[in-house]
Amino acid sequence: MRRLSLLFSSSSRLSFARLGCALLMICMWMLGSGAQAEPADARLEPILTQLKTAGFAEKEQLVSKLSEIDDPQVAPILSALLEGDLQYAKKGEGEVVILRYANDLYSAQNALTGEVTEDVEKRAFKKISVNNSLRQLLRASLAALQLRAPDVNVRLEAARNMMKSDDASNIPLLQRALEKEQDASVQELLSVDLAMLQARYGETTQSRVAAIEQLQGELYVEVRSLLRSFLNTNGQGEFLEPDPAVRQAAQEALDAIESLVAFNKGVENVYFGVSLGAVLLLAAVGLAITFGVMGVINMAHGEMIMLGAYTTYVIQQWMPNHIEYSLFVAIPAAFLVSGLAGVVIERGVIRFLYGRPLETLLATFGISLCLQQLVRTVFGSLNQSVITPVWMSGSIEINGALSLTYNRLYIIIFSILVLLALAALLRKTQFGLQMRAVTQNRPMASSMGIRTGWLDALTFGLGSGIAGIAGVALSQLTNVGPNLGQSYIIDSFMVVVFGGVGNLMGTFVGAMSLGVANKLMEPFAGAVLAKILVLVFIILFIQKYPRGMFALKGRAVEG
Amino acid sequence: MQAKHLQQPSILYLNGVSVSFDGFKALNSLSLILAPGELRAIIGPNGAGKTTMMDVITGKTRPDTGQVLFNNNVDLTQHDEAEIANMGVGRKFQKPTVIESLTVFENLELALQGGRKVYEAFFHRLSKAQKTRIDEILTLVDLSARADELAGALSHGQKQWLEIGMLLIQGPELLLIDEPAAGMTDVETEKTAELFKAVSKQHSLVVVEHDMDFVRALQCKVTVLHEGRVLAEGSLDQVQKNQQVIEVYLGR
Amino acid sequence: MTMQLGPVTRLLMNDKGGRYLLLALAALAVIVPLLNLTMAPGSALHVSTYTVTLLGKYLCYALLALAVDLIWGYCGILSLGHGAFFALGGYAMGMYLMRQIGERGVYGDPLLPDFMVFLNWKELPWYWQGFDNFGFAMLMVALAPGLLAFVFGWLAFRSRVTGVYLSIITQALTYALMLAFFRNDMGFGGNNGLTDFKDLLGFNLQSDAARCGLFIASAVSLMVGYVLCRRIVNSKLGRVLVAVRDAEARTRFLGYRVDKYKLFVFVVSSVLAGIAGALYVPQVGIINPGEFSPINSIEIIIWVAVGGRGTLYGAVIGAIAVNYAKSYFTGAFPELWLYCLGALFVVTTLFLPKGLVGLLERIRPREKSASPTQSEVSGDAVATTGSAASTPSEPSRPAAADLRAGKAVEVSPSS
Repeated sequence: MRRLSLLFSSSSRLSFARLGCALLMICMWMLGSGAQAEPADARLEPILTQLKTAGFAEKEQLVSKLSEIDDPQVAPILSALLEGDLQYAKKGEGEVVILRYANDLYSAQNALTGEVTEDVEKRAFKKISVNNSLRQLLRASLAALQLRAPDVNVRLEAARNMMKSDDASNIPLLQRALEKEQDASVQELLSVDLAMLQARYGETTQSRVAAIEQLQGELYVEVRSLLRSFLNTNGQGEFLEPDPAVRQAAQEALDAIESLVAFNKGVENVYFGVSLGAVLLLAAVGLAITFGVMGVINMAHGEMIMLGAYTTYVIQQWMPNHIEYSLFVAIPAAFLVSGLAGVVIERGVIRFLYGRPLETLLATFGISLCLQQLVRTVFGSLNQSVITPVWMSGSIEINGALSLTYNRLYIIIFSILVLLALAALLRKTQFGLQMRAVTQNRPMASSMGIRTGWLDALTFGLGSGIAGIAGVALSQLTNVGPNLGQSYIIDSFMVVVFGGVGNLMGTFVGAMSLGVANKLMEPFAGAVLAKILVLVFIILFIQKYPRGMFALKGRAVEG
Repeated sequence: MQAKHLQQPSILYLNGVSVSFDGFKALNSLSLILAPGELRAIIGPNGAGKTTMMDVITGKTRPDTGQVLFNNNVDLTQHDEAEIANMGVGRKFQKPTVIESLTVFENLELALQGGRKVYEAFFHRLSKAQKTRIDEILTLVDLSARADELAGALSHGQKQWLEIGMLLIQGPELLLIDEPAAGMTDVETEKTAELFKAVSKQHSLVVVEHDMDFVRALQCKVTVLHEGRVLAEGSLDQVQKNQQVIEVYLGR
Repeated sequence: MTMQLGPVTRLLMNDKGGRYLLLALAALAVIVPLLNLTMAPGSALHVSTYTVTLLGKYLCYALLALAVDLIWGYCGILSLGHGAFFALGGYAMGMYLMRQIGERGVYGDPLLPDFMVFLNWKELPWYWQGFDNFGFAMLMVALAPGLLAFVFGWLAFRSRVTGVYLSIITQALTYALMLAFFRNDMGFGGNNGLTDFKDLLGFNLQSDAARCGLFIASAVSLMVGYVLCRRIVNSKLGRVLVAVRDAEARTRFLGYRVDKYKLFVFVVSSVLAGIAGALYVPQVGIINPGEFSPINSIEIIIWVAVGGRGTLYGAVIGAIAVNYAKSYFTGAFPELWLYCLGALFVVTTLFLPKGLVGLLERIRPREKSASPTQSEVSGDAVATTGSAASTPSEPSRPAAADLRAGKAVEVSPSS
């Protein structure tokens, strides 16, 4: 149950929001960064004025007073003081400012009014100095402040940061915060914080053991390292923690957590597997069309992927100031570039080789060599770096032991969208109908007025175009270089062969099973061995099912 | 083993053979008996299961259920194509299939009985008797003049004949022939029918055919297949009068 | 025709290309080493050791191409993984050469090759035992690729994996092997492979004599390999292979166990490839996992295609021609080589389905019709009709004359 509630803790809620409207967020950030000037609390001014001249003991009192004031300006002032950015003008009224440094310029924000003065002389200001005990107080006050902040996200983050603290003096602070807290997920975090501190500093064995038991099932790294610290020994083999009851409780809690962590690792591996499967799906689905539907082995398919990736690179070069949107331009552009290349290849070479699959294989391999060399000539043989937009970087933290990176998540979603769109195209449109007609009975389709030549070209273009889209996705995961396509072509063929030819469902299942199998084996066997094992498995599999998992049966398909 | 089920000696006995492809029943509990030395024509509309039946007999397709007894004792469903061929079941495909980049002579040489093992083939030398046998068949199928030409250079009808010659030189007890008259001229068709009648004195023959004139010329018992089972059996005239047959096949 | 002839001569009677090829190889095997060893380095007639090694390398490639032509040209098996057999033979030879280094390695370990000392291995792995013995190593040169081909082929052919499917899984096979050999703990030197060889059968590998010896060995192996392949394709076995290529189902219904025939020829081909690899390694001085890379295997196919598949000597010509071009281009215009190779694939499949040999044959019949001579009349006449009939629909068929050649040899003694 706890695991479930953690799954939907509000940090992930926030993340889902981000996921859903990544673009909107960009705009919101832009709006949100403007400074707002509201009248400050009247108590602020005298304290600030006193701070300028007070001794360290006085400053401690002032800081305590300051942290009791409920004003949005207080937190920035305290953190500026901590960082040494809270300064006052040497001349004039001697106003207290927060000094910021950006783009080679200093700007000063009035600590009271929030007014910003750009381009100030650093020398015109004097730092309000702090010492170590003051710093400690400042940190605690800031934490307390943040735990009281009206914004739930600020409170969440503060509570999360609290886990790193091992300061017994925080216990009353946390207790007060927990009493006032309304939000369930913040409560959850706060009680973990509290339990951690009580496990360490609790007065009786019972209270410590109770606190440790409360920690059971928490997946945060900090909890595990705390529990482990109870079990450590010194150089003479003596336990650092003298209380055996505490040690035993810690051991039990740790075991329970470790198995939970293992479970989450498993989930994470599956996630990696599914995302690898999604990449394979994108790479292979184009092949499923050219190979499965048209019976054409296109060894240049990998280079269609590579062209897509390079298209992404070029688009980003063209719009360096709008990287966030570049992928949305790159997807159709890559589809067009690769698709067009596909049409040219089909009209120029492949159409002369229908019915001779082995020759097609060789000719398209020749094309792939030329394309690779072409890219080397134009872009050089070094890898190019494609930038990952902000909205694609980072990860969702599901719980302390499991976080899912955004780029993979987007690629999973994207590949499924592509598959669905393709299925719809084949099932619901005139083009799809004609395509299926041609594959099933070419002369008949031709006599019904379908221009089979054009249809072949378009079908091949479609398959290649999808490979181009796969290239856009791949550019977000790996380096973009002339050999990009080659490293995926064998895997893509494996997917198609494994899943069965001419069947999108087969391609989907094939890609996912190969991806997941690969990643699940990796922890035991290592990446290379896992790949070898998968290849060997497919070589054996195809002996048993020469036409793949979802092969069509019957006389018609045997040739 | 299963001989007790049989009342009479048979060369081929299909007992309740069913085959389905993705739910479609190509053969539906098909049963058929062929007497030794019998010539039998099989007709039926497209999709009746004629070719699938051939596939099952020759080991290309494994039936879901049922048996195929050859010579009353061997269940062919337990063997593969090569074994079945070596037991004495020859098959001609619907589309004439000869080895186009070998000569007519070499095609027949390959079909000649014996020497099927790899090392036998490697050390194989043609004996006088074998060469005579090839010459006989060449004469029989009227290809003596073209013996040294590539089979790919033959006309469609000649390829059909070469394939029939290859079947005969295998010396099979049972011949399965799929649409032999397709693509032949009237004269060739007539000659083919004559050939089959002559051949059926030594071999048992099953001929699948669409061409009714050809079937009539064979003057033999006819089996009508429909939806994977036997619809009617008898002489062509009897069958053509059968009301069910008229409905599903001839009537259309 | 029925005079006293040696078996090889009889075999080559109707194989004009083969006759020329064997003569040329025999001449090379004598002349090149002679010019290298006896002529002074300054002399115009001197053949440099570099050239000897380069030619020796070409001959190894030619043997490899021959092996591929045997299965592709005659049996229709397009293996995209034949580089794997070549590399395995090469590794077997490399292991022998490594063991010969002995204490002369950088670390001076009497038993362990340098890379094992570097990896902190204490013992020689079991699969390295025996490789200090030349005979055993040579056995492995044939056995390792042969065994892999047997197991792989047995599985693949029995379950009737054919056509492009087979091509794809052979590619997967060599890819998997490449990944495996890149691993250090496989015990084959990982990334770097096996190198720094010192001597072979006591001869210093850097010496001219050893280089010439290897050149002669390569030429002789190629000649023997050629005669063996010719013997196979000229027998009834060869005609069964052609039957499998043209009409697999028909062959099966004729009562031939197609899988066994394929397996036989696949294993023979893999052993030839392994021998080629074993001869190649001491000449180039290194074997590494790169030899397993799929692109190498595909390149072999283009040698065969350029020369003309299904003719045997075409494969030899193609291998030498393409590799000569490769040496030239990678030296003179390195940027252009991949364009050329790529274009070669496209042009050959589109316009030269019978390769260079086919190109020559297209010219020859016209010359011949002016002056028909001796025994080749009937053969060529058939070849002309045959190709005229089959070219439009089946341009990939091998030259008819060669197929004829097989029959004439087998039949004529009894006639």
